[in-house]
Amino acid sequence: MRISVIDASKRFGDFTALDRVNLDVRSGELLALLGPSGSGKTTLLRIVAGLDWPDDGQVQFDGEDALSRPAGKRRVGFVFQHYALFRHMTVFENVAFGLRAKPRAERPGETEIRRRVDKLLDLVQLRWLAERYPAQLSGGQRQRIALARALAIEPKVLLLDEPFGSLDAKVRKGLRRWLRNLHREIHVTSIFVTHDQEEALEVADRIVVMDKGHIEQIGTPQQVYSNPQTPFVHEFIGESVVLPVFVQDNQVRFDGRPIGIVPKGMADGAATLFARPFDVTILPARAGDADLKGVVKRIHGIGPARRLEIEIGNEQASRTIEIDASRSRQWHVGQAVSVRPEQYHLFPDRL
Amino acid sequence: MSALPIAEVMQETALPEALSESVAARAAIQAPILPRTDVGADPPAVKWLVIAVAAGFLGLFIVLPLVCVFGQAFANGIAAYAAALTDPDTLSAIRLTLIVAAISVAVNTVFGVIGAWAIAKFEFRGKNLLITLIELPFSVSPVIAGLVFVLLFGLQGYLGPWLAGHDVKVIFALPGIALATIFVTFPFVVRELVPLMQQQGTDEEEAALSLGASGLKTFFRVTLPNVKWALLYGVLLCNARAMGEFGAVSVVSGHVRGATNTMPLHVEALYDSYQFAAAFAVSSLLALLALVTLVVKALLETRLAKESRS
Repeated sequence: MRISVIDASKRFGDFTALDRVNLDVRSGELLALLGPSGSGKTTLLRIVAGLDWPDDGQVQFDGEDALSRPAGKRRVGFVFQHYALFRHMTVFENVAFGLRAKPRAERPGETEIRRRVDKLLDLVQLRWLAERYPAQLSGGQRQRIALARALAIEPKVLLLDEPFGSLDAKVRKGLRRWLRNLHREIHVTSIFVTHDQEEALEVADRIVVMDKGHIEQIGTPQQVYSNPQTPFVHEFIGESVVLPVFVQDNQVRFDGRPIGIVPKGMADGAATLFARPFDVTILPARAGDADLKGVVKRIHGIGPARRLEIEIGNEQASRTIEIDASRSRQWHVGQAVSVRPEQYHLFPDRL
Repeated sequence: MSALPIAEVMQETALPEALSESVAARAAIQAPILPRTDVGADPPAVKWLVIAVAAGFLGLFIVLPLVCVFGQAFANGIAAYAAALTDPDTLSAIRLTLIVAAISVAVNTVFGVIGAWAIAKFEFRGKNLLITLIELPFSVSPVIAGLVFVLLFGLQGYLGPWLAGHDVKVIFALPGIALATIFVTFPFVVRELVPLMQQQGTDEEEAALSLGASGLKTFFRVTLPNVKWALLYGVLLCNARAMGEFGAVSVVSGHVRGATNTMPLHVEALYDSYQFAAAFAVSSLLALLALVTLVVKALLETRLAKESRS
């Protein structure tokens, strides 16, 4: 099912959770809403689910208005961050809940319910836990039961709020891959919320990066990583080396000196230079070169890498950056070096 | 805090050496070695003295009176005891007490669930005021509670003339007694439910709604079962208080033997007319109620601990 969010806004008192957000979710895709806490991603998910309503704007499922329908009539499977399993029911009854809650006319018979619940428990590979209570399960098992329960109503959309947020790192990795495979198998339109960029990059077909109630960028993992469109996206996804610079006379300057980078038609004014650490080359400094100069402050070597902390600029405007440098050269503390960003993004500072 | 758990963590996760060193260093700062201060280290004489004092108080103020009640009740033999309990006025008092308790428990259960639901699961203006108001009956003297109802519904009261005109009797009748009891026992159920419901949050209800359950179904299949032991606990306390209430009921009842006397009032009436054995016989029923309440309460508490844990 296709989901369209049009100009959705939501405020909680003085706090703007969503500010005129527009989003199209393609049928069958696995979409990640990625952002720091307070970025509005969970609010957006809850609005799609019908657990919250926007102050303004529309939500459409396949072009039809969804806001007029309550949560129970949207055919939405929602998986909560803390699972929200019914604590007084067995695993079996938890999964069966959505089937038993149907109006009498649509409710399947007892044998049919049993067959379908068993099938779902097989799907999440936990049939042997059917008679246990949620309190007796591990975090990862609860998460899978929550998923099976959401799938029981044969949802047209699957919504997951921080699905791996409260699991330990090892279980999380396994479940991630498992979710990816499950999605490939059942192919239901899915949206999941996460603040973990690694998770979004690994699992999602497309990523929506959000900050402060805005969508910063929508794209494939490759696009948002390699071609970030805003400073926020560059900083939030992957490691970044960040330098405040100034554009003047078709030159990018740091600390008043040109650093050998062409601003590619950017208007004069303050700007910020972003680069991935591995796109920055460090060379021993040579007098006269018009490039970024720095001094090695510290060297630490973990494993195969040799990581340098380099201070750039003078006493007043110094910046420390960390770069992995070639091991084939000898580095020493206090050494003067040239810092050359081979790939970079330049964003004019917003006023 | 000892160093042991940290050592375990370090083993499990095998931190890089530099890092684990700093963890250990930090732990050393956080966990200074404190001298043991548990009670077990005191000399045995002190321990036994403390226990003896506690037991002495318990015996003097709880056990002894209880024994006295039953002793006095049977002072004139079992036949007199049975006769006292089967006296028509006594039976009438028992019946009235049961009816009043049933009404106030029912009303306060329904209100308690709705009130707790509102307080725990919604945010609204005036919520703190509502919580304070619900607790009010605990801080108001029951006599005043009774007088308030006389002031409202009595013949000289605000609504009295209108009620009299419509031939409705509230004061010196069952409705007044029930109202006074409801007022006094108002907070018991809400107080038990609110903290539990707040702790449980609204996630499970939202899950039920998104799975297609109606509001009513969600309430009966998710909300209510999740708090059933706390609810029973509140009902139990509410019931015990409703049956034992004296002050508020005394003001509104009118003390008509065989008609508007509840058990506590009846005990007083018997005692005042020098029927000591009969007074203690009825008292023994109330004491029995207290004992049963105590046992059930203890049982519920273990269940309750489970409910709020899972």
